[in-house]
Amino acid sequence: MAGIGSLLERSKIVIVAGSGGVGKTTIAAALGLAAADLAGKKVLVITVDPAKRLADALGLVDLTSKGSQVSASDLDNAVGHHVSGRLFVAMLDAKSSWDELINRHAPDVVIRQKILSNQIYRNISSRFVQSHDYIAMETLYELYRSNQYDLIVVDTPPSRHAIDFLDAPTKMAEFFSSKLLKWLTLPARNRLLMGVFKPFYQVADKILGAQFLSDVAEFFLLFESMYGGFVERAKSVAGILGNHATSFVVVSSPEFVPMKEAEYFVSALEARHLRLGQMVVNRTLPSYFRDPAAILLAHKVQDDYERIALEFLKKGASLSFVKDSEVSPARLDALAERVLLEVADSFLNFSRVAMEQADEIAKLPIDEDQITLVPHLNFDVSDLISLGKIAGHLAIGPESSTM
Amino acid sequence: MSRPGSNSLGLLDRSLVFITGKGGVGKSSVTAALGLLAAKAGKRTLICEVDAKGDVARLLDSEPIGFEATEVRENLLLMSMNTEEALREYLRIYLRLPVVAKLGPLAKTFDFVANAAPGVQEILVVGKLCYEVKEAKYDLILVDATSTGHIVSQLASPKGISELVRLGMVKDQVAWMEDILYDSSQTSVIVVATPAETPINEALELANRIDNETDVHLSALVVNKVMSELFSKSEEEFFISLQDPKATRVFNRVISNDVGLLLRGSNAALEMRRCAAPYVERLVASAGTVPVALLPLMFGVGSGMRLVRDLGEALAAEWDELLWQG
Repeated sequence: MAGIGSLLERSKIVIVAGSGGVGKTTIAAALGLAAADLAGKKVLVITVDPAKRLADALGLVDLTSKGSQVSASDLDNAVGHHVSGRLFVAMLDAKSSWDELINRHAPDVVIRQKILSNQIYRNISSRFVQSHDYIAMETLYELYRSNQYDLIVVDTPPSRHAIDFLDAPTKMAEFFSSKLLKWLTLPARNRLLMGVFKPFYQVADKILGAQFLSDVAEFFLLFESMYGGFVERAKSVAGILGNHATSFVVVSSPEFVPMKEAEYFVSALEARHLRLGQMVVNRTLPSYFRDPAAILLAHKVQDDYERIALEFLKKGASLSFVKDSEVSPARLDALAERVLLEVADSFLNFSRVAMEQADEIAKLPIDEDQITLVPHLNFDVSDLISLGKIAGHLAIGPESSTM
Repeated sequence: MSRPGSNSLGLLDRSLVFITGKGGVGKSSVTAALGLLAAKAGKRTLICEVDAKGDVARLLDSEPIGFEATEVRENLLLMSMNTEEALREYLRIYLRLPVVAKLGPLAKTFDFVANAAPGVQEILVVGKLCYEVKEAKYDLILVDATSTGHIVSQLASPKGISELVRLGMVKDQVAWMEDILYDSSQTSVIVVATPAETPINEALELANRIDNETDVHLSALVVNKVMSELFSKSEEEFFISLQDPKATRVFNRVISNDVGLLLRGSNAALEMRRCAAPYVERLVASAGTVPVALLPLMFGVGSGMRLVRDLGEALAAEWDELLWQG
């Protein structure tokens, strides 16, 4: 079994990371399908913002944050044989996950209601982008502890850097335990006594207005009762990243920018003593574009297309489409020339791209057996069958595949 | 999706243009290409990279640039957004107080403000950009903006802030920011996509959200990496006939070689083109009166100046007089 297979076998959590636009959600869903099939696991895929057609394909019509099961017969259809595992898909809803978190941690109904209706809280939970990273981790933690699934695959939220996701729990813990926060929530008259922070309040009041600051203060006062719980919680959440049953799959497409981002993510994993499971390079061109003999031939055709066209029409005079052609011999010759030239040009264009891709992949400071290539497929993943094809590529590697 | 007015104004005649789109569609290259065009036309142009990954600098064959605007080519300046620096600058300009120095570790204060007060990061970005428009040191500011998911909250941040902050200096400043941001003769957004499901969906969705949730003007759509037609109809028929085993055998004899992989390559290219075409059509059909530019997939031009120059030429050819009126 290839690298991905054994990774799916041994992991309880797979975190799929990478920069935007590389097909992260698709790869996460395909990994889930592959795990249900190859490892016979009960798998949950948590996704953030799936493309509509992919969501439809997975039966995610009502976009619920509770896992919904992909029908068993659909799964069997997708891979062409009986799938022993089961596949569930859930969609992360940041707003309602935050509300749930408050429900769980709030000491009483009054505080809960106050927080849920606080303007600043509502802003943080729905609009504040960084909070999505944290809530995704939080949701993962909760699901992991519930022990309902053999494997949870997480499609990380799109963020400025894929790495933000890794640091979200630690940042959250730091934030809630920061001294500044505690000072801020002191009553206003005590503030005046604090010489060191006086300039800060003067400036902040001047810029943001006293009203806003006291709104913020109220929010954090409400939150104060939950600080301890939050900090502990965020630390535990951070802990599952380093769990030996947690694997990271980094997805990239074989172009300069996403590859750089992926490489950066891999080094960030190392710096945090987290292990890279697999690097998936998605949408690679097929290897025949790098075939030296084919490239040589394309050059030959490019240089000599006039003679080749002429000779082909002569030797192929008895071919029906030549014989029965309605256009004049001169025009047929011109047509053949244009087609030959285009075939050669196009092959060499794609060859150049395929070479660049291969160079980018070769430059990765990662062992070859940790890299899985998925070919550029000529379809958008709009049904389970195409997702099944990608799952197949993930499991067997790309060389046997065709476009 | 269309909005009347200011369509007579050239795309690059405005002072502040945001370029956005899903990650990976080539926002930075389109931004760099527009910047180069504007600079060549004699406009003093600032490109601001909001994501600060240094992509635009690399595309322009330049070293990474910091917060300080730096001229990288004639008339073309580059800066990389940094919210902490923006806050520092803001405090220096508006408070003129030595107190800034006394604030202690500004980073910590900043962390606090940015985390505690939602929208502060966004307003600092937008504020800095609007400030530059007000200062009028440049004819044009192009923003290599955040990707689709975040741009709306950025563009709507003055609104959000005015809901949250009811007093104070920021409240007053939001007003002039809104005047710049929501004036279609000064500010506009260009959305970039590639011909595939998610990028096109996101582009259309974003176009709607910009219309519904912000007062910012959407001035154009770009479809990047569009594959050109390989064959005309008669050429394609000939190509198909060529794949008849008998014809291929004759051809192989002529070249004393096997043409199989070459034909396979062309088939793959045809298939890619066939799959991408409906997405281009859908975007064009939904665009209404918003102009759409189709930029070709570039081969073998690398990811530096050559790509930027070629994209610029393609943009100029597509939009021609739409870019500027005078």
